Amino acid sequence: MTAQPTADPALDRSARTAPLLAVRDLTVTFGRGRREFRAVDGVSFDVAPGQTVGLVGESGCGKSVTSLAIMGLLPARGNTIGGSATFAGEELLTMSGNELRDRRGRDLAMIFQDPLSSLNPVVPLGTQVAEVIERHKRVSRGEAREQARAMLDKVGIPDPTRRLKEYPHQLSGGMRQRALIAMALACEPRLLIADEPTTALDVTIQAQILALLKELVQDSETALVMITHDLGVVAGLCDEVNVLYAGRIVERAGRHDLFARPRHPYTGGLLASIPRLHEERGRLTPVPGSVSDNIPWEQGCAFAPRCSSAIDVCVQQTPELVPDPGHGPDRLLRCHNPLPAPPTAAGSGQPAEEETP
Amino acid sequence: MTSLTKPGDRKKARIDSLAEAGALSDEEGVSLWRSAWHRLRRDPVFLIGAVIIAAFVILAVIAPWIAPHDPAARLLIDQRTTQNPVPGPQPGFPLGADDAGRDMLSRLMVGARQTLIVGVLATLGGFAGGMVLGTIAGGIGGWADTIVMRIVDVMLSIPSLLMAFSLAAMFARPSQWTVILAIAIIQIPIFARLLRGSMMAQRHSDHVLAARALGVRPAPIVFRHMLPNSVGPVIVQGTLVLAVAIIDAAALSFLGLGNPDDTQPEWGQMLGRSQQYFNTHPEVAVYPAVCIIVVALGFTLMGESLREALDPKSRR
Repeated sequence: MTAQPTADPALDRSARTAPLLAVRDLTVTFGRGRREFRAVDGVSFDVAPGQTVGLVGESGCGKSVTSLAIMGLLPARGNTIGGSATFAGEELLTMSGNELRDRRGRDLAMIFQDPLSSLNPVVPLGTQVAEVIERHKRVSRGEAREQARAMLDKVGIPDPTRRLKEYPHQLSGGMRQRALIAMALACEPRLLIADEPTTALDVTIQAQILALLKELVQDSETALVMITHDLGVVAGLCDEVNVLYAGRIVERAGRHDLFARPRHPYTGGLLASIPRLHEERGRLTPVPGSVSDNIPWEQGCAFAPRCSSAIDVCVQQTPELVPDPGHGPDRLLRCHNPLPAPPTAAGSGQPAEEETP
Repeated sequence: MTSLTKPGDRKKARIDSLAEAGALSDEEGVSLWRSAWHRLRRDPVFLIGAVIIAAFVILAVIAPWIAPHDPAARLLIDQRTTQNPVPGPQPGFPLGADDAGRDMLSRLMVGARQTLIVGVLATLGGFAGGMVLGTIAGGIGGWADTIVMRIVDVMLSIPSLLMAFSLAAMFARPSQWTVILAIAIIQIPIFARLLRGSMMAQRHSDHVLAARALGVRPAPIVFRHMLPNSVGPVIVQGTLVLAVAIIDAAALSFLGLGNPDDTQPEWGQMLGRSQQYFNTHPEVAVYPAVCIIVVALGFTLMGESLREALDPKSRR
């Protein structure tokens, strides 16, 4: 790793004081007028160098749109982006296409859910990895290829020299995701956004990929935004977790706090729907309903129709995201009637303990 | 053409191709085209088409050397009478002669060359034009897409016959070049629309998004990530268009819009000449007509099986 933010003195004091990525009040609206749909609604979070922040929620809660907006990858037309996202002090949302393109892959990179469809099927793997290196570094074609080989080796792809010539369909799912990670990290970006990187993989491979990500991120002080619907992934990797619901953050907590003491009924529901190995078998408790049962945030809490602890005020007044009393300033909650602090009470199901994916 | 194969055969072919795919995955560098080729080698439909086309191409290349007579020499002109305007088969002239006493077999053989040249050049022209327009429309998108596609719409509305007439008028007289140009121009919209459509699908594909997420510039996105993944259907269309181009060229020649020089025989032109004797000597029309049909069928069979082999739905 070359010139990395380790030279930044702010890092040594406190990561909090110098976030690498600061998202403030990010709003993404699709369509306009009566057909307007707000996919992301005032999301704010910080990511410090070396920190891993999770964005968790079920399909349609706005987590992928958040990441695409930060990367400037939303289609140019048909949406409105508001708020701000600064990367190392520079505003990303208003940056020109060329400037942003220069940063993508070099400063911020992203990996996607489906490793097969994220690779170009007609181009050999080596060419694809080398392409990113050639794009951002001033190196010869041969040097880029050599670096690509080294990168494939680093992400644990056996016999990288041979794999360079192979096409994506000749690789296993885990290999493909490793290759994508190699491409994303080839230019040592300072921020990596991983959008459900393990969803398309089977469980044993998931664990390997997560371990790999963790290792690479820790080695290079890379900030990682982990987007997932899988709390198991969060448990293994994230320092801080943001739970999203219908485009808004409903709860933010450190990983241990979140698992030990979920406060929002939605978080409680998500935790209750995880299968656990060491406990008595029973039916999992799903969160009733689906995102389509939402009411708009303007008319109260969007989760209220599905919430088992909803009270009258929940459908009358929109809850704000405020520090959770008694849990310090870093723990935020958007709920009128949170789950009681001891985790054994109703809603959270079983005593939550940390788990490994 | 797929309906010709029995379901059992197709299933067997699929199992074979799966087995082959498994065996192949150990080799290095197996591309989509190579695995398609491995399927095609066992496809009887493709093989029939390929044999027809191969025979036709070989014939077109070597015809002047193997033709028994000079196709322009009026060898049997003496036998031509008002009662019998078309000399019949006789020793040395197995198919007889045309109304100018020229050997029919030699004319058919040499005519293959003209037909091939016209069909291939017209298709290549249409392909090239369509690639340029389709890449602009699908690659740049937005305003470029709108402008190009409106031009294509206009081109699509011009009938091939009218195009051939206009070009013949423009160049003072019809020739094989006006035929090639006319057919090429009318094929452009087909290629352009097809390429643009598959480029549009690629534009929103995951791997293009992933490449953009890594900062890859627009030009490599279009030429390395979108275009190679989009040309498959266009190339397949090319083999199918070849059949159409050959039929169209024959039609234009039949109507007298082709090469007027009848010392250079061409099937459509031969068909045109034969129409006045059709009632008494239908065979002079049948020979070139059968040639046109067989060659067009060959390209169609090849194109259809190629399309099936490259179809991602039947691949996995």
